[in-house]
Amino acid sequence: MGASILTNYEEIGAVLLFVIGLVNLLLQPNLVKKIIGLDIMDSAVYLFLAAKGYIAGRAAPIYTGGVTDASLYINPIPAGLVLTGIVVSVSVSALMMALTICLYRQYHTLNLDEIMMLLRRQEAEQLQHLAAEERPGDLP
Amino acid sequence: MTLVQNFPFFSIILSMAAAIVSFVLRGRGSRCVHLAMVTAVLAMSAATLGCTAATGESYTFMMGHYPAPWGNEIRVGPLESAMALCFSLLMLLSVLGGLAHIERDIPPSKVNLFYIQLDLMLSSLLALIYTNDLFTAYVFIEICTIAACGLIMARRIGRVYVSAVRYMVMSLVGSGLFLIGLSLLYAITGHLLMSPAKQALAALVGQKSSAVPLTVIFVLLTVSLGIKSGLYPFHTWIPDAYGYTTPAAAAVLSSLVCKGYILLLVKLMVRVLPAASPAAGRITDVLFVLGVTGMIWGSVDAIRERDVRRMTAYSSVAQIGYIYMGLGLGTQWGMVAAMFHVISHGAMKALLFICTAGLTEVSGGRGDRMALRGAGYRHRIAGIGFAIGSMSMIGIPLLTGFVSKYTFAAAATGAAPRRMVAAWIALAVSTTLNAVYFMRTVLVLYTSVEPSQRRAKDYRPSRIENAATIGLILLNIALGVASPPVLETLSRGLAVFG
Repeated sequence: MGASILTNYEEIGAVLLFVIGLVNLLLQPNLVKKIIGLDIMDSAVYLFLAAKGYIAGRAAPIYTGGVTDASLYINPIPAGLVLTGIVVSVSVSALMMALTICLYRQYHTLNLDEIMMLLRRQEAEQLQHLAAEERPGDLP
Repeated sequence: MTLVQNFPFFSIILSMAAAIVSFVLRGRGSRCVHLAMVTAVLAMSAATLGCTAATGESYTFMMGHYPAPWGNEIRVGPLESAMALCFSLLMLLSVLGGLAHIERDIPPSKVNLFYIQLDLMLSSLLALIYTNDLFTAYVFIEICTIAACGLIMARRIGRVYVSAVRYMVMSLVGSGLFLIGLSLLYAITGHLLMSPAKQALAALVGQKSSAVPLTVIFVLLTVSLGIKSGLYPFHTWIPDAYGYTTPAAAAVLSSLVCKGYILLLVKLMVRVLPAASPAAGRITDVLFVLGVTGMIWGSVDAIRERDVRRMTAYSSVAQIGYIYMGLGLGTQWGMVAAMFHVISHGAMKALLFICTAGLTEVSGGRGDRMALRGAGYRHRIAGIGFAIGSMSMIGIPLLTGFVSKYTFAAAATGAAPRRMVAAWIALAVSTTLNAVYFMRTVLVLYTSVEPSQRRAKDYRPSRIENAATIGLILLNIALGVASPPVLETLSRGLAVFG
């Protein structure tokens, strides 16, 4: 058990970071901290992929010096996945930031809980208005 | 290779190209490009369906120069092409049905951006339907999420930003879980293509190794796609997301977006997870329980709702529950019933959202029951459409909802006795609850009102919207009357899906 923790410390670190990011994304009321949580979560996956993709003692998969034996190189696909994943997470983060700016302009706060409270208050007022209009026994 | 076999690839590329071209076009131009593109995709999907249904076989299409297990590929069979056909048809009818609202709700300078989101949405849905590669699926899940967020924000009013943030947060949790699940799967199999990954997993299951990682991976993948498709209890984003946007976007979001993720989940269950693995049984158990709970609680929430748009959105939660219940039955017929309901729910929900838009339009823009009194007289076609959509949802014979419910009930007989009883009870309770909230709304629409309130003031219904509504009504009737060939195609498609 102890030995496997030591050999897989990168994967364990990645999973811990993933959980930290996920909890932040879900539970932080502050929108900017949510985005930071999202980025930590995505980076954790890239750390996991990079750690899994690296084999100690092997070279980067660039064909030089006439060495054609595949077992001397590492697999380039995990690195490719990390690059694609980074592109995806950058665009998603940008979209979230744009949304945050829109919300801040509208409600002058970054706290999602406060925004939800404001909205609920508005809705309760609307409902009272409707209930006053809707007479009992009037509708099926 | 015949020309028809290239069509699935052409449809994905064509919809992406339409999105790119629309950046430099104005609103009207991007609308024409979008409609032409969807019509072309519809025609190509019909041709592909004709070709694959005739042979009854599926084929793989190599993307680039490298064969499996290295390269990327798409795989096409009767099920995939039937879904592509339905998705493009529903998108066409939804957009035509909401055309006049798009012009009113969206500022002219932003209209082309709206059509770009729709183009990207169709492209990502087609890619999710056809792809045979797990990482490609992840990338298109993200494209679909971003496009869906753009559609939710189509109307620039304060409330939609909150809905969009809530949607994005839930959706990104789903994406994160999918990505880590995918990385773990790649770590234990070494493959990203689905069929080689299944062979590697079957070998691992045969050696009785990696049972725990395999279960963890499938729980992660199932939960992530469940969150994204609005499976109970991850449905909290649905009513906000569908309730406030423009009707065309609401129709597309509810009838198509969730279904793309469900199809991907089915693909993972059939094409990647070996049937012999212990994880397979556990996943269907969980899906069944959540599906049944969603069927009932979604309807209860819908009954509590006063606004008809949000009520229709909550009813989607219940209908997504039906689909997961079908998948959770764990039988071939359960899956066929779920696939039929994917199409059937799309047709019903698109009709309901389009008609709701027409009805609220003639009621001063309000969607509560007080304002909607007599709306069926003010907008006749929308009233008839809503009534037919509601009857279909409840399961009146000759409409598509009846065939869905009948197929679910018949499929349940093949499942384990406890599941059969649970499924029947859930179907009965959910149908009763559906009848309560839909019939209540239909009665409100046709409440007798003073003659002055029977005419809409300053409102001229658009002919295109009416034609689209009639098209959706006919689709509901056609799926209800001529269901055997559809069910036959779906079941033959599922047989060659794995």
